Amino acid sequence: MTDNDDLRAAVAAGVTGSEEAFRALLGAIVEVARSIFGAKASSILLLDEEAEELVFAAVVGEGEETLVGMRFPAGTGIAGWVLATRTPLVIEDVDKDPRFASDVAEDTGYVPSGLMAAPLLFDERALGVLEVLDRPERSLFSLQEMELLGLFANQAAIAVDLLLRARAAERILDGGEGELSVVARLAASVNALEDRRRVAGLELLRNLAETLGAPPQL
Amino acid sequence: MTEVAAHAGESLPAWSLPKDAVERISLPGQWPDRVTREWAWGSSTGAGARVCILDSGVEANHPLVGGLESTVAISLGENEEVVVTEDEEGDLSGHGTACAGIVRALAPACSLSSVRVLGAGFTGSGGVLLAGLRYAVEQGFDVINMSLSTTKKPFAAVLHELADSAYFRRTVLVASAHNMPVESYPWRFSSVISVGSHEEPDPFTFFYNPSPPVEFFGRGVNVEVAWLGGRSAAVSGNSFATPHLAGICALVLAKHPELTPFQLKSVLYLTATNVGGGT
Repeated sequence: MTDNDDLRAAVAAGVTGSEEAFRALLGAIVEVARSIFGAKASSILLLDEEAEELVFAAVVGEGEETLVGMRFPAGTGIAGWVLATRTPLVIEDVDKDPRFASDVAEDTGYVPSGLMAAPLLFDERALGVLEVLDRPERSLFSLQEMELLGLFANQAAIAVDLLLRARAAERILDGGEGELSVVARLAASVNALEDRRRVAGLELLRNLAETLGAPPQL
Repeated sequence: MTEVAAHAGESLPAWSLPKDAVERISLPGQWPDRVTREWAWGSSTGAGARVCILDSGVEANHPLVGGLESTVAISLGENEEVVVTEDEEGDLSGHGTACAGIVRALAPACSLSSVRVLGAGFTGSGGVLLAGLRYAVEQGFDVINMSLSTTKKPFAAVLHELADSAYFRRTVLVASAHNMPVESYPWRFSSVISVGSHEEPDPFTFFYNPSPPVEFFGRGVNVEVAWLGGRSAAVSGNSFATPHLAGICALVLAKHPELTPFQLKSVLYLTATNVGGGT
């Protein structure tokens, strides 16, 4: 095994397991959200910007067997509105109208009578939507719950951002089309040099980083 | 920039007031010593006030909406040009219909119009939002209900300009404050009326907030609203508090059409539940 392979292996080891780990984290978030609100189901939908679709990334409760991976257009429905306007909202006591939350209904036959939805916001981007379906009817909704929903959504947004970063790193490792794959190749090449040239190579990269305005290493 | 933003061709007067011009700016009506809700909107039905719902479209034939004056959809063409078409799809999420129904409940005789800026694809939605707001301001509506915001900073400057244009053209922009702790626009601009939620059940209960940026709190929790398919739902969120204030603005402007946005905001302050309107 060459040094180059060693580096790839080392980076890959850091990234490979992360997809599963972040998915587990998303799963844990929807599980806790469902439990705290005493709801029947909860899910996280991620935006696929290229396809302009929302994809179910984590589901607990009704639909958890079938919904993960399902897609629907990002411009319609409650989730679409929440995503586009970046605003959370709560709807309850909706008559059993199949058009309501049809994204869930079409695939499971389960039509919720209410849902809470909040956007997953990270920096200026909306990454997806957190939904909590069918809270118990015993309690009226309050602003405190809206705040709680927002907190869960923020936590989920951070997890999703990490997941997206891990995916980007994997694409680079796979020699994909990622713009920054050159950085990985550069790192691997320098790492593969014999000692004296490697020191010079690292010095060169440090200077390059400085020239590009990268903050100094602590 | 735009016709709306720059008032192209407008000759620029000197912004001063010569002695002989004082009469020219005399106000069309005297305000009472104490501004009450009765003076502000007593017996008003909203008739004559034109309200625009800038949202996901509106289900025009919903019994709680009661008809629309006009309904258009905004989209961006191949070259990013703005396309305004008759909206034949109606409401794509239910949200716009809910907002329209709230305004109708408060101001039953006002004119409602829908400008749909959502649903034409997710990408570029910020651009569509801007184009829709510009269109609505150009139409000269009295009130624009904007239960949405954008977190995209590049849009903030243009939105700010549009909000100011609306303000100077006597179009009141009523905008939802964000429910989550993020920077978003246009509700943070002082030229708009920004609205958050309170938990009281009375639609005419609204509070002035002495700690901006949110200026008013309207009814926004467990609100019975119109929903898709002629149905109803109970909803919560700042986006439903906003049309409550928009409806009250329509009532006031229908009775006092001469009011500027500044004066209207002053009336709202004086009649807020925690100021002078609670009695």
